[in-house]
Amino acid sequence: MLSALVIVPAVAAVLVALVPARHAPLARWLGVAAATGVGVLSVGLLWPFEVGDPGFQLVVDRSWIAELGVSWHLGVDGISLFLVLLTGVLFPLVMAGVSPHAEAAHHDARAYTAWLLVLEAGCMGAFLALDLFVFFVMFEVVLVPMYFLIGGWGYGESSKAATKFFLFTMAGSAFLLVGVLAVAFLNQRATGTLTFDLVTLAEHQELATGTGRWLFLAFAAAFAVKTPIFPLHTWLPDAHTQAPTAGSVILAGVMLKLGTYGFLRFAIYLFPEAAAYFAPLLVTLGVIGIVYAAVVAAVQPDLKRLIAYSSVAHLGFIVLGLFAFTRQSLTGSVVQMVSHGVSTGALFLLVGMIYERRHTREVAKLGGLQKSAPVLAATFTIVMFSSIGLPGLNGFVGEFLILLGSFETRRWWVVVATTGVILAAVYLLWAYQRVFHGTPEGENARMPDLTLREGLVLVPLLAAIVFMGVYPRPVLDRVQPAVDRLVRHIDDRSSFDEPEPEPAPAASTEVER
Amino acid sequence: MTGPIDVPAVDWAGLLPITSLVVGAVLALLAAAMVPGRLVERVAPAFTLSVALVSMGGSVALWQRLGDDAPFATIGGAVAVDRFGAFVALAVAAAIVLSTLLAPGWLRPRGHSGVELYVLLLLSGAGGVVLAMANDLVVLFLGLEILSISLYVLAGYDVARRGAREAALKYFVLGGFSSAFLLYGIALLYGATGTTNLGRMGDFLAGNLPRQQGLLLAGLALLMVGLAFKVAAVPFHNWAPDVYQGSPPPVTAFMASAAKAAGFAGILRLLVTTFAPLQVDWRPVVWVLALASLVLGSVLAIVQDDVRRMLAYSSIGHVGFILLGVYAGSARGVGGSLFYLAAYTFMVVGSFGVVTVLSTPGGDDDRHPLSTYRGLAARRPLLAGAFTILLLAQAGVPFTSGFVAKFVVIGAAVEEGTYVLAVVAMLTSVISASMYLRIVLTMYLVDPDPRAARIAVPAGAAVCLALAVGVTVLAGFVPSAALDAARDAMPVLLGSP
Repeated sequence: MLSALVIVPAVAAVLVALVPARHAPLARWLGVAAATGVGVLSVGLLWPFEVGDPGFQLVVDRSWIAELGVSWHLGVDGISLFLVLLTGVLFPLVMAGVSPHAEAAHHDARAYTAWLLVLEAGCMGAFLALDLFVFFVMFEVVLVPMYFLIGGWGYGESSKAATKFFLFTMAGSAFLLVGVLAVAFLNQRATGTLTFDLVTLAEHQELATGTGRWLFLAFAAAFAVKTPIFPLHTWLPDAHTQAPTAGSVILAGVMLKLGTYGFLRFAIYLFPEAAAYFAPLLVTLGVIGIVYAAVVAAVQPDLKRLIAYSSVAHLGFIVLGLFAFTRQSLTGSVVQMVSHGVSTGALFLLVGMIYERRHTREVAKLGGLQKSAPVLAATFTIVMFSSIGLPGLNGFVGEFLILLGSFETRRWWVVVATTGVILAAVYLLWAYQRVFHGTPEGENARMPDLTLREGLVLVPLLAAIVFMGVYPRPVLDRVQPAVDRLVRHIDDRSSFDEPEPEPAPAASTEVER
Repeated sequence: MTGPIDVPAVDWAGLLPITSLVVGAVLALLAAAMVPGRLVERVAPAFTLSVALVSMGGSVALWQRLGDDAPFATIGGAVAVDRFGAFVALAVAAAIVLSTLLAPGWLRPRGHSGVELYVLLLLSGAGGVVLAMANDLVVLFLGLEILSISLYVLAGYDVARRGAREAALKYFVLGGFSSAFLLYGIALLYGATGTTNLGRMGDFLAGNLPRQQGLLLAGLALLMVGLAFKVAAVPFHNWAPDVYQGSPPPVTAFMASAAKAAGFAGILRLLVTTFAPLQVDWRPVVWVLALASLVLGSVLAIVQDDVRRMLAYSSIGHVGFILLGVYAGSARGVGGSLFYLAAYTFMVVGSFGVVTVLSTPGGDDDRHPLSTYRGLAARRPLLAGAFTILLLAQAGVPFTSGFVAKFVVIGAAVEEGTYVLAVVAMLTSVISASMYLRIVLTMYLVDPDPRAARIAVPAGAAVCLALAVGVTVLAGFVPSAALDAARDAMPVLLGSP
């Protein structure tokens, strides 16, 4: 079942690429159908998924490259479940709902759809992989479709942005590959068998403290670029601004999570001691990212760039939560990963829709859109409030849990980070005011409202935003056991001790109200 | 009066990979001289292909046989018959096949006639296989010279062109120079150990490592110079860009694949078997060669404007990667290097296949600027797609053989604890990736020149590209069989019987 999530989009990509040129429109519908199928499958995971089981479920494990000890090992647990779900849902939505802009020089619906499907296969594979080799392969392979999507269907200097994106991430992965190999071979030296299996490596390895720290840094380099953590974030605004709408949505919604997910699943799980050792550094960088990106976002003239920077800020929160190592903060980070995917994805969709109508994203040239497009404005408002973290919407749950959980271990960092919440309100509301309020003039007055198709695409996202905000219990119930297990793992294997005062359920009831 | 001359036993079946190529070359020459008309010329490519396939068959049979039999040395211990030789012979023959497929489409529009190119390809390949199977330094030198002299001529095949003459002369002078180094090294090693047989030399070194090692180390160093020149490792790489640029692209394809594989076969066999006792001495040297090749190859590649020069510098970078496996010297390292060589054969021949298709006869043959590729995706989508796959494979993108190859050699280096080299190698692959992406960008995102002539893809080139891309992708998805084979192909020290 899990293999299908990777293989179906990959096979569909090949089929789409083989559609004859004169039937090009068929390619798009074939792609949407395949992505929808994957989406249904990923939602279907919720039923066989055992809520209380902290381990990996629905595991697939087959030997792939025996000579290297590599196996096709997939599995899902509470941490990855909702990221898989997010991937499965976002892809069909962007494929059905966003038409790639027609100005692209060599638009070919087949190539566009095929690249998106390859991207989906790669993202799914990365979230499901329980084998370091498989993860690395998937982590790398997503660069190629994204590169072509940004380069081929982007705006302005898109080829430069695409190349920058590719090289930045690849440079990070360079360290990751060496790290992965070192972990496997050091384990082979100790135990005699070569394996890239995550669970085996994490549970049975005995690394010298120094070695573990170096290896953690190698892993962290790759994930920090991908996340991105300040000061490695410089590729992101360019890539986002230049990317086509679908690219931005997927990049922000799904691909950035590969970085934070990588930290959680691999770097922290494999090297708990080193993670605890470097936690102050990463938490500090995360907090700097929150404040810095928020300030920079406030002065962006380009709406898309503004949202890109807000992404950096949000991911700063996630990093803070990850390295605070409490049950609440980690749970909050996982929830925030999903929330950010939904709300930032929706924001990029909306900005894309505005651009399709007005052919500009400059805040200064827009104004009064509330009058001409009330439904769009209303949707934007909800999504924006979710991004700010208004209680009752999904953004609040994650952010609150992160701040609450981190407060126990990282008090002063949290104090600084909280200003980020206020800054987020400042820059988003200010942008909203300039874009939607006032009296529309010229083009702005004639801007059409959302079409039915666009509305239908946004409805699932809005539903998720409200549902997760009002009733996060089902999500938390599934995330919590896996997180608890990870926290125990960190406790056992590092000098870090989890503060005990508050029992975990108390936090969740508090959020629920 | 002495007795009858002692004729050493010869295992003809084991020599089939070599003999088939030599006999094929001689037959082709004879036929061309005796049969009048253009008939011979027309069947020459098909004939060359079948000869190479026979050689491949011989290698495969040998491989199977050595699964049961122990490897042995034949012709008085001068030629090693082991899986290592069979593996490299297979790669060399594959390079002949692929280059031969490219040749007719390049020769015909330029009005070349005759079978010489095919004969020289076969001979050069034979030299490469001899080099790979040599168990005696004299035989090694013989193989290297057969390989090289054929290549000197091939480089200048298009003699009417200035670039070709420059390439041939440069290659010949520098190549002759490096052969002299090699020969001098052999002489010194003979002085130090009293034998030129690799097996006996290895036994000697394993038994009694002399306290005064000056002669020995100097000999090994000079030997390495000769072989490093052949594979174009920095700092012995200066010839490569000019020669790769000036030679006919099908020949360059052969040079970058077969000659490299043969040269590395020599290096691997020497360092891993005979000179294994001197590992502490040669390792630092290989480390420096690898580092210099990786860095210079990738950095200089990005400032080039001629695609052939880009590929030439990038091939120097790939040499650095293969040297990582040599450095490790372990079963994994040697297997990794061999897998890399085999995978690179298909990638580089495919890449130069695209270059062949896109070079236009006439004065323009001397230049092959990046602008040739403008908008190729719009003009010839399949060709652009094939080139993209080959370039991404060279960049080491997953699900291509290039990724697996890099993964294995870096794994071998990491296993031996050289993290610095491993990290540098990965970072240089990022630098080279920017160069590959530049080509891809030009193909996909720049509008084609409206005045550009229509591109014709000859049938042979199409088959060659299909093979190259097919193998590259297939080995990326299911590399197990090839990896196992490469690992089983560890060279063995063979004393005389």
